[in-house]
Formats: sequence, C-alpha cells, structure tokens
Amino acid sequence: MIWRLLRRHLSIAQLAGFFLANLLGMFIVLFSIQFYQDVKSLFSQEDGLMKKEYMILSKRVSTLGTLVGKSSGFTGEEIDEIKSQPFVKSLGAFTPAHFNVSAGISMAGRMAMSTEMFFESVPDAYVDVKSADWRFDERSDFLPIILPRNYLNLYNFGFARSRNLPQLSEGVLGLINVDIHISGNGKSKTFKGNIAGFSNRLNTILVPDRFMQWANETFGDNRTKDPSRLIVEVGNPSDEHIVTFLQQKGYETEGGNLDAGKATYFLKIVTGLVVGVGLLITALSFFILMLSIYLLLQKNARKLQNLLLIGYTPAQVSRPYRMLTVILNFSVFILSILAVLGVRSYYTSLLSRMWPGYESGQLFPTILTGCALMLLVSFFNSMAVYRKVKGLWHTK
Amino acid sequence: MEKIVLKQVLPHVFAENGDALVSDVWRKDVTLEKGHTCLIEAVSGTGKSSFCSYLYGYRTDYSGQIYFDGEDIKSLSVAKWIDLRRRSLSLLFQELRLFPELTAWENVMIKNNLTGYKSIEEINLLFEQLGIADKKEALVGKMSFGQQQRVAFIRALCQPFDFILLDEPISHLDDENSRILASLLVEESHKQGAGIVVTSIGKHLDMKYDATFKL
Repeated sequence: MIWRLLRRHLSIAQLAGFFLANLLGMFIVLFSIQFYQDVKSLFSQEDGLMKKEYMILSKRVSTLGTLVGKSSGFTGEEIDEIKSQPFVKSLGAFTPAHFNVSAGISMAGRMAMSTEMFFESVPDAYVDVKSADWRFDERSDFLPIILPRNYLNLYNFGFARSRNLPQLSEGVLGLINVDIHISGNGKSKTFKGNIAGFSNRLNTILVPDRFMQWANETFGDNRTKDPSRLIVEVGNPSDEHIVTFLQQKGYETEGGNLDAGKATYFLKIVTGLVVGVGLLITALSFFILMLSIYLLLQKNARKLQNLLLIGYTPAQVSRPYRMLTVILNFSVFILSILAVLGVRSYYTSLLSRMWPGYESGQLFPTILTGCALMLLVSFFNSMAVYRKVKGLWHTK
Repeated sequence: MEKIVLKQVLPHVFAENGDALVSDVWRKDVTLEKGHTCLIEAVSGTGKSSFCSYLYGYRTDYSGQIYFDGEDIKSLSVAKWIDLRRRSLSLLFQELRLFPELTAWENVMIKNNLTGYKSIEEINLLFEQLGIADKKEALVGKMSFGQQQRVAFIRALCQPFDFILLDEPISHLDDENSRILASLLVEESHKQGAGIVVTSIGKHLDMKYDATFKL
C-alpha cells in the first residue's frame, strides 16, 4: 500500500536513463577487468616451475664516462640493492680476469696462430652448458672454455660461407685443443684448453669460476675490480617492475626479454584508463539516480510527511525507494556480468584461434569487483535516500 | 503517559504583541490529565492548530516548555516520537492529512496495519456507524470534506492512546453525525482511559467537559 502511494511521480524515463548509464559504466569496468585477466597470460612468460629466466645487466657506457675514465662496474651497494628487489631470485657477478691471456692453435707441435684474448667467469649455477669437462684442477693443465654460440654461428654462416671454408660442428670444435698461455704477476703458465660447449645465455668467453679465482690470486695484481656485468635470475621477466627499476637506475640488459614487461605495463595503463572511464560513468549514473529520487521525494514530500505523522518511521517510509535502488543496481550488476560473459566468449574464441593453447583468465575478480561496486553504489543510494527522508521530519 | 504540562508556552508569531495577549493557555501553566476531557475554544488565528502541532511534535516554533510526564518534548528523539504516535498520542488533523489516491478503507488500514489495534469487524462497524460504509472503496480524493472528516476520525481511533487530540473534528458535519462521532469518541476514550483534547471555533462536540480553555 505504501508502495502504491509512493510510486506516484516515478519517472520511468529518468530511471531508464540511470539504468542504461549505470549498465554502461558497470559493463566497461567489468569488461576491462575481465579482458585484462584474460589477456594477461599472453604477455606473461612465467610458465612452469622448472624454467628459469636470466637477465644480464650492465651499466650504460656513456661518452662522458669514456672520457673521464669512469668505471662502469657495479658497487657492492648497487648489487645489494638489486638483490633486494622482489623480482630478483638470485644474482651472480661476472668476474673478469686480472691477467694476460693469449690463445693459439697448435698444429704438428708448433704454434700455428695465436691471439690475445680475455676470460670471464660466472658462478657455475648460471652456466647453461652441462658438460662433464666443466671443472678445474690446479694440478692439471686442462682448462675448459665455453664460447658464445653466436661466435660459432658467425663463423659457420658468415665467414666460412664467404670464404669457402668448411663449416664446423660443435663436435668437431670439441676435439680441437687450444693452447692457452696466461701470464701476470711475474709468472706464466700454459694450459691445454678445450671447448666444452657453446652458450646461448652468456655472451662471453667463460672459464670455470674456480679456475678464475685461483688464477686471479696467482697471476693477478691483487686488486679487486667491481664486476661490470651481473647475471640475474628473475621469476617473471614480463614483470613491469623490472622495466621501471632498470629505467630508473639506467641499467641495460641484453636480449629482448623486457619487451613483454613493457607490453604488460602498457596493458595495465590502458586497463586502468578504461576502468577509470567506467567508474566515471558509474559515478555519473549514480548522480542521475540520486537526482531522480530526490525529485521523486520532493514531489511526494507531503505524503511522506503524512506517513511520518501517522507513525511510520523514516526507515519504513524510505524503504520502497531504497528497495528500488537496490533492485535497479542488482539488475544492472547481473546484466553487465551477462554482457561481459557474452563478449568474452566471442573474444576468447578469437584469441584461441590466434594462439593455440591459449587459456583464459579467471572470472572471479570480475564478479567480485562487480559485487563490490554494486554494494557500494546501493549503500550510498540507500544512505542518501534515508537521510533525505529523515530530513523531511524537521520540515513540516 | 499520564500528564501533559505546558509551561509559559508562546508561539513565536505572538511574541511581539505577547503582553496584549489574553489567553488561558499561552504564557500560562496548563496541565492536561489522562482521563479528562477538555475543550480549547478559540477564534480563528489564535493558534489552535499550532497548539495541536506542538503537542504532536511536528512544530517547535514556540518559547516555554511542554512536558510529557516531566520530559521536555523538544528533547525527544525521532524514534520516541514515532512510538508516541503509535501508542500514546492520536491526532485528528484539522486538514485531515488523508491520502487522496487511496480509498477510504486503505486510508484507515494504512494506520491500522501499523498498530494492529482494531479488527476488521470493528473498523467495518465504525464505517457503518458513521454512515460511510458505502464509501469504503471510494477514493478519498473524490469524497466530500465531511465524509473525509469521518474517515480521518476512524483512522485516529485505530491506535492505542493516552491522549487524543481533535482539531475541529466536526467543522463539516451535521448534528446527527456530530452526535455519533462524540459518542464513539467517548466510548473509545473511556475504554482506553484516555484524555480528550478538542479544539473548536464555534460548533462544540456535544460532550461533558472537565475543563474549558480559551485560547
């Protein structure tokens, strides 16, 4: 009966306006969240527990730095800071050789050709070549070396082809012995070098860490240098925090595994913008509803006052309007979830056609957000109506 | 509620010529007691409806104090007023305050649903006694003021009360209906042991009054 009394002057057009605006706002918010959830996995490279991702960090070599002879090494504090970043799982430093190295290939017992070169080492855990030869004993003169796979490719597909030289397989190269002569600190020693493998990850000439420590002690000049390159194991290279951290610090990284991070970051910004627009529309629709209901209350003010005068509480009198807003908000929520599901089934089929094995994201965060938004809007609507009705008490 | 006490009450509108005011109520100490019947006689414009609205708690534009059982009514909460209006205080408004878009029956039921005080049979009987049984399903907006007055009167009876205030209850009623209304009022008030406060500008409700005040 109260409802029959109070629905007078209800403007269907205004309510429809609110309904559509709120539906649009809610849909945009929920859709962008859902889309983000679903597309995120395409950008993320975090797959499986076993796969590890490594990044090699170095400092940018600047012209000014070259001129003033500034070191581009990482100080202990900088290393600690990188270690403390949440995306870093572990970190190893490249150790450079502090002695002179020359290597040559001997044929028939005499040195056929030789070249100056350099060595670096990283902790064994970061070496991606598994070989039984990768060890060093100071009593023997055997020294395994790992070369970057790029070198082999450069030779095989570039140099060898253009000069009509034979292409060399890894196996053949493994048979070649290299004479390695190291000197420094007034001492020298010759090793039998052997190529233990080719690394995809480490773009340097590697020797075992143990050898490097021993050799630096024996032949080095006992000055420790800051490492100029670091190898970092990261959980998820598409984490956009990595990009922002590196940008901020001015560090550089080899390879392109940061592009995913940038793309994810971009995706987040776009999603944020779209969610913002959706929230704005929702807020505006909230005001449409408020205006509409205020108008209704104003038109029905006399009746509401009379109800209060014959003993109805402000809560009872405002209940029909509060119910109205809650029902409207709830239907908006349900409809926008359905709309999101509809659009989602369309784009997930598109995505799985483009990326076989694509898995869509969770629905749960979207529903949760929608629920929260609905409850929030309903709560504020309800509160506003109740306060307005209670305000009528004092204006007779 | 046993007692309503007015202490030096004066509507703000009369504050300016307050000294020239001659009244038994304004600027006086007046006590209304449960079980008593009193008449407030007034000429137009002396604050009769203001008097009712102060006692019913929907206007506070007066100086002085009104006490319900010793409690200043300006300090009562909304919840307390709602409770009073459901259980202790009934008012037949001069302007009736019925809902024109509801039928006579619905106008009564909207109150009775709240209090659950009268049975359907009792309400039917009241409609019959007041001669508007055939108007139960008519929209109040389409009824004459006299008929509306009777509907509003039935509504005012549909609750328990310690005091019932009637603001010019028979301004548009003939003598016969006035007599019936008076007898129903006395019967109900007697049953509840309630006090009656009637205002009038001319035609008095035919009852025995314990006190008469001139506004």
